[in-house]
Amino acid sequence: MDHDLQGAPDLLAAKSIRKAFLGVTVLEDVDFTLRAGEIHALLGENGAGKSTLVKILTGAYRRDGGTIRLNGAEVSPRDVGEAQALGIGTVYQEVNLLENLSVAENLYLGRQPRHWGMVRVRRMEAEARALLSRYGLTLDVGEALSAHSVAVRQIIAIARAVDLSGRVLFLDEPTASLDAREVEAIFAILRQLRDRGLGIVIITHFLDQVYQVADRVTVLRNGRLVGSRDIASLPRRDLVGMMLGRELADEVDHRTAPPPDDAPAPIRFRDYAKAGKVHPFDLDLRAGEVVGIAGLLGSGRSETAFLLFGIDRPDQGTAEIDGTPVTLHSPERAIRHGFGFCPEERKTDGIIADLSVRENIILALQARRGWARPLSGTEAAQIAERYIRALDIRPADPDRPIKFLSGGNQQKAILARWLATDPRLLILDEPTRGIDIGAHAEIIRLIEDLCARGMALVVISSELEELASYASRVVILSDHRHVRELRGHEVTVSGMMNAMAVEGAA
Amino acid sequence: MTALPMIRTRTLPFVATVAIFLAAYALCVAQFPNMLSTRVLGNLLTDNAFLGIAAVGMTFVILSGGIDLSVGAVIAFTSVFVAVTVRAGVHPALAFVLALALATAFGAAMGLMIDLLAMPPFVVTLAGMFLARGAAFLITTDSVPISHPFLDTLGDLFVRLPGKGRLTFIAMVMLAVFACGALLAHRTRFGANVMALGGNRASAALMGVPLRGTTIRIYALSGALAGLAGIVYTLYTSAGYSLATVGMELDAIAAVVIGGTLLTGGSGLVLGTLFGVLIQGLIQTYIVFDGTLSSWWTKIVVGVLLFAFIVMQRLILILPRGRLKG
Repeated sequence: MDHDLQGAPDLLAAKSIRKAFLGVTVLEDVDFTLRAGEIHALLGENGAGKSTLVKILTGAYRRDGGTIRLNGAEVSPRDVGEAQALGIGTVYQEVNLLENLSVAENLYLGRQPRHWGMVRVRRMEAEARALLSRYGLTLDVGEALSAHSVAVRQIIAIARAVDLSGRVLFLDEPTASLDAREVEAIFAILRQLRDRGLGIVIITHFLDQVYQVADRVTVLRNGRLVGSRDIASLPRRDLVGMMLGRELADEVDHRTAPPPDDAPAPIRFRDYAKAGKVHPFDLDLRAGEVVGIAGLLGSGRSETAFLLFGIDRPDQGTAEIDGTPVTLHSPERAIRHGFGFCPEERKTDGIIADLSVRENIILALQARRGWARPLSGTEAAQIAERYIRALDIRPADPDRPIKFLSGGNQQKAILARWLATDPRLLILDEPTRGIDIGAHAEIIRLIEDLCARGMALVVISSELEELASYASRVVILSDHRHVRELRGHEVTVSGMMNAMAVEGAA
Repeated sequence: MTALPMIRTRTLPFVATVAIFLAAYALCVAQFPNMLSTRVLGNLLTDNAFLGIAAVGMTFVILSGGIDLSVGAVIAFTSVFVAVTVRAGVHPALAFVLALALATAFGAAMGLMIDLLAMPPFVVTLAGMFLARGAAFLITTDSVPISHPFLDTLGDLFVRLPGKGRLTFIAMVMLAVFACGALLAHRTRFGANVMALGGNRASAALMGVPLRGTTIRIYALSGALAGLAGIVYTLYTSAGYSLATVGMELDAIAAVVIGGTLLTGGSGLVLGTLFGVLIQGLIQTYIVFDGTLSSWWTKIVVGVLLFAFIVMQRLILILPRGRLKG
């Protein structure tokens, strides 16, 4: 590692940090150093442990082991307030300020200037104006925070955190819902703070922004430190490799997927987009073809699925089925057009935990028939029976509450739910996440099977090998943009990783 | 005083409340010119003094995103407690102090439970309501009339208004409570913390608002003001009665919401609640003047107004920001 490349002093040094929740290790021997006057990006996929690390360093969690030194002295902040007093401030992504209070109150909550117990509103507002002017903001500080844009709120949050703590600043996805101009404004402020000698840690999913603003980067994966590097000497490909945990060099290609079909597509999306979620994209879907969607966490994968299934309304673009324009503005409409969707958050968005396997399976079919034409008990039992057998759902008891089934069997039951409606398009978001190896293979076999039987499938997955094995095309997402579509022999793990690492189109 | 924290867009409901009150009063006067007198106004304040005082406490509770269902029962308990202790020979002033201390401690205990057990205020204060009502019944189920020179002195205390009106002692107590409540809510750190809690509990905690201390203080304040309302009620009726003020907490909640405070918390003005109380009182006065209407019309009008205010608050939240600025 490169601890003293520039000889800058370590402002914050964490060593061998360990943390477990209920016996499950989430951080193991993680080292992290932050220098004064640097912007340090902390990266990692879902579950890498970066938010746990930040919470430990900012006092929100207690560590199980390891040491934290601030300017050489060991510290153990017990709560956020104590960390603040030590000089460690945090700006969280959303829940951070209070929209119903005025800007000035947000800046000075808990430390308002007082006289005889009464808050001196005018003095507080004057101080707030002076403070914000140093960040280039002139606004009505007596106005409620809700009247200001997200970018302005973010700057106010930074101003508050720096004013309160002033040595180390943690930013959790500070740019998640900002446009390019606003991001640049925030970055300008961060650079200015860095030049004043603050140590700044920024958590982000946007690789472009890492290269735009960070001096160093630390990557975590599965609760372990992968490494810390100077950003100037780290090619994007290597960074993506660090995050995904793969060596790019010796990639073996096991393709079994059919080649892409060039026939006219029956389901076509053109210039489809929702501001702030996904930039405009075109997508053609054909029967008997699996289209993969790949990208790093936060690149807009699930957002794309939400748009296709009508959970989010597009604000531009057209959808066409068999040459007829359609509007897909609700999941109900999408289901009527023969779409199905298995969400990523199976436990919260997929299963109805307390209903039986049978009730979960017939749910979508019943929804499509409408409440006026209920399925009879025997019909429902037959359908459930058929799919439990066909997909080998275990235990094969249709009356058991679905929450007692394993993840893999729950996933199969949700697939059965959609198969019962005989869909023409099935959208699967991370169908194999959190599923044991045996069921994993079965789900993949099922995907290939459905494809062979002429269903159109869209599969979102972070398992690149998996996509390479069954997708005939893969759309690569980066920074909420569909940056590339890989076809046929281009669909390899290294091909996908290279495409993800390519700088996002400006 | 143009820099009140919540002025601008959020004061729209308050402005609407005042406008409704003035318009309603003008309509009343158009039909019954006699209603335009300081006497009617003075009575309006006197007759609703106990409701107003309790509603100030309720305003703080609702501003913090909570609810206090125990208010009516605490008023009944306090009135019975004061009546019985005074009859037993205790000086009324001492009885008042004891009653206030009990009511404050009761509210503080509910606040502690709410925070400690992370229970919804609805459930905790519902339990408190049964407890206080039950305790009142336990003391006595009879109406206990009282008389004492000290109470007579207080009852005879008033300021003569131009015309024939009187601003009675209990009306003055209510106005003082509103004035202090407004300062406390809009000019102190405690008030800002109450608003912060009502805005977003999680954010408030991250910004260093002491959740437990603030919650306890809010419900202690509501308990204390319910106790004070009970004392005022005893002065007003010269009796204590355990069946009194059943459901009055709902009138207080209605007054707070009609007064422009967001039922979900975080935004509102204490002064708005005064007008919420006055609107309810005005409808009752109108019914008395009319003489033929059923007094239940009060409830119907209050219901309609509540609906209107809830719709208005939704609209203010939904309308794009900036549209209503200025």
